[in-house]
Amino acid sequence: MSLTLRDAINRLLGRQPASASTAKQRLQLVLAHDRSDLNPELLQQMRREILEVVSRYVELDLDEGDVSLATEDRVTALVANLPIKRARDVVLPAPAAGA
Amino acid sequence: MAAETRYILICSGKGGVGKTTLTANLGIALAKQGVRTAVLDADFGLRNLDLLLGLENRIVYTAQEVLAQTCRLEQALVKHKQQPNLALLPAGNPRMLEWLTPDDMKTIAAMLGDLFDVVLIDCPAGIEDGFKNAVAAAREAIVITTPEVSAVRDADRVIGLLNTEGISPIQLVLNRVRPKMMANQEMLAVSDVTDILALPLLGLVVEDEQVIVSTNRGEPLTLNGANSPAAQAYTNVARRLRGDDVPIVDPSQERQGLRAKISRLMNTKIF
Repeated sequence: MSLTLRDAINRLLGRQPASASTAKQRLQLVLAHDRSDLNPELLQQMRREILEVVSRYVELDLDEGDVSLATEDRVTALVANLPIKRARDVVLPAPAAGA
Repeated sequence: MAAETRYILICSGKGGVGKTTLTANLGIALAKQGVRTAVLDADFGLRNLDLLLGLENRIVYTAQEVLAQTCRLEQALVKHKQQPNLALLPAGNPRMLEWLTPDDMKTIAAMLGDLFDVVLIDCPAGIEDGFKNAVAAAREAIVITTPEVSAVRDADRVIGLLNTEGISPIQLVLNRVRPKMMANQEMLAVSDVTDILALPLLGLVVEDEQVIVSTNRGEPLTLNGANSPAAQAYTNVARRLRGDDVPIVDPSQERQGLRAKISRLMNTKIF
């Protein structure tokens, strides 16, 4: 995420950012979905499950965390940014996995 | 026959971004530079290349009659009077009963290879059968788009399909650039579009009213050496396509004067 002087001034004056940066952000998001063929609902489900698994081992700051698709050079990546509050002392038992 | 014929697809995904205008202007520009060029209108449902080239009254046969062997290829080719190096071949007409197949397009392309150095294929909008037909005849591609979210999104889709088909190289032409809006960051920047689509830039065409005037007349801008910005841009695309090293100037960075300087200052990244 980069910020130009124009964006900063707009922000100070409470104006909307220049529309080109909005366009770029929206495009990058929609293309990540187009290219991976993941619909937002599926992504949401995947996000929930990832958080669930990681939460078994560490306590996460769920307000700050984010799992999203990013795309660069026509390669789409799943990017998870999950700030850890603290490690769990006792690892919660995994759900019964047919063992 | 000298070097191998180049088969270049001109496509965009979205309609109305300037595919056919590019095909017509590029065809004329290449012909003027001494390249024997055929333009193949693969958009037979809604064909318009004839109109932009001013050849609409001279079409008698199409590729379909050539395939059916009711006429020879030379009879179906419509030669441009002022630029005899250029010929138009419509793939078909909107009333034809049997649609062409990808194999038909390959056959036609091979026939054109005997007579021409470059075959430009004007692709229909969309990614359905017409697109697949056009791709079948092509080896390389020029994707044309405008700095708008919908056009860039559709271009991205098309690039994905071209990659799957093994088309290479794929190059980008950015059309309808408004330098002032770009400088004010109210339009996607050139680098935004090339970054997102990850394609090498072959050309940059600024929004130019003369394009409309030229289509009204059926005389592409490159035909009469017009000095308009778009005419120069199309000629440069033709030269780069032939391997000439013609630098691309970003018009949003080129403006002079105090306002432009302030505008550039405003666009510096501070964070």
